[in-house]
Amino acid sequence: MSETQKIEIRSLRKSFGSNEVLKNINLGVAKGGVVALIGPSGSGKSTLLRCINLLVVPDGGSVRVGDTHFAFGDGAKPPDVKTLAKFRATTGMVFQHFNLFPHMTTLENVMEGPVTVRRMAKADAEKLARTQLAKVGLAEKADQYPATLSGGQKQRVAIARALAMEPDVMLFDEATSALDPELVGEVLNVIQQLASEGMTMVIVTHEIAFAREVADRLIFMRDGVVVEEGPARQVIDNPREAATRAFLSHFHRTGALPPATTAS
Amino acid sequence: MYQWDFGILWSYRWLFLNGLGVTVGFTVVIVVCGLLFGLFGAFGTLSRFKALRLLALTFIEAFRCTPILVQLIWFYYALPILAGVEMTPITASALALSLYGGSFYSEIIRGGIISIDRGQSEAGAALGMTPIQTMRRIVLPQAIKRMIPALMNQSIIQFKNTSLVSVLAVPDLVYQSQVAAHDSYRPLETYTAVAVAYAAILIPLTILVRRGEKRLAVSE
Repeated sequence: MSETQKIEIRSLRKSFGSNEVLKNINLGVAKGGVVALIGPSGSGKSTLLRCINLLVVPDGGSVRVGDTHFAFGDGAKPPDVKTLAKFRATTGMVFQHFNLFPHMTTLENVMEGPVTVRRMAKADAEKLARTQLAKVGLAEKADQYPATLSGGQKQRVAIARALAMEPDVMLFDEATSALDPELVGEVLNVIQQLASEGMTMVIVTHEIAFAREVADRLIFMRDGVVVEEGPARQVIDNPREAATRAFLSHFHRTGALPPATTAS
Repeated sequence: MYQWDFGILWSYRWLFLNGLGVTVGFTVVIVVCGLLFGLFGAFGTLSRFKALRLLALTFIEAFRCTPILVQLIWFYYALPILAGVEMTPITASALALSLYGGSFYSEIIRGGIISIDRGQSEAGAALGMTPIQTMRRIVLPQAIKRMIPALMNQSIIQFKNTSLVSVLAVPDLVYQSQVAAHDSYRPLETYTAVAVAYAAILIPLTILVRRGEKRLAVSE
């Protein structure tokens, strides 16, 4: 894989107890590329995503994001907490269940990273946070607590919170799976906008039509291995592997994105 | 029919006030020290280091599973013999009550911390926070809210437990009222007054804390 790859994963292995979740995974994401990870539950796609920002520390293999490289297993010393924290600050992650901080207002949620991690002055962080909130269409919700927001709004705040760290890559872990169907569109729109701005992204999703639309590459995983990989449209429209075909048969693969209900 | 005569207590007012002062002062000390022991116990049991976990667990169970009255007597009478540590009754009872309270505070604090969804610390970590920053900025502010009712409950028990120090002749409210009761031959009036005094301090406190809880719950 060439040096233009923003993310490079080599021979990645991870077990939880006796359960081998990732078996020798290789993955590359080009700078500005969007990769969609799909697969049935328990296929290891979320674990793989969490290995990219080392929220899950792999047992073996290597992870490189930008210029930062980590090797695991076989005598490699696991990175210490400071190194891990510094590395994670350069990657943004969005979770299925939003994980907003309920004791902080929307604005404070978005300011938290810049203030606590980047040691930014409060005034600068607030300006940055307001910009990010405006970007996801929630400028006027700045002073509300997360409990008062809809699921779609919460997820957009979570995206703004991750973006406020000005990350090199964004990781989405089933960002729309916990949303009511009518709220999916507003979140997908924000992700699509990020893609068009050239953000490098890895997206774990069940929205096959969305993956076809936004991702340039698609990876289908099952039982901890990559079964099929290729250009998103090609894999979705003409899957080579029987397992991929069987999985995709459960979805509507094409068609318009869910309508963006601007409920903000 | 018993003839109540509370008027007689008036002549012992300084004795009672003195005792009340000792009781309140004692409570402040054992709540503060107890919370410190509680923090040690909670973070010890949650530690990555096995030795620390074991130490914290031993402390918690040793003090949680033995009667406080036995601990008080043990600290005052047994420690000097076994370890050559001489303590005044006040030091011995402050230490025993702090450790006893601390063992319960430990479990309250630990329970509060682990009740916060794992996703919260994951979100902190994903932003690039260190575990200590995540604990301080994300987990503890939420956990403390949940701990308050239980911490208050335990502190009320601690306040009342100070009455046991009278067995080591620490001149608290109960000890002084024993003196007054023996002197006046009016134990009924004396102990009724003591019970009212405890309640008169605690009830306003509980109301204050309930108000505080409501104020804290505003973001939920």
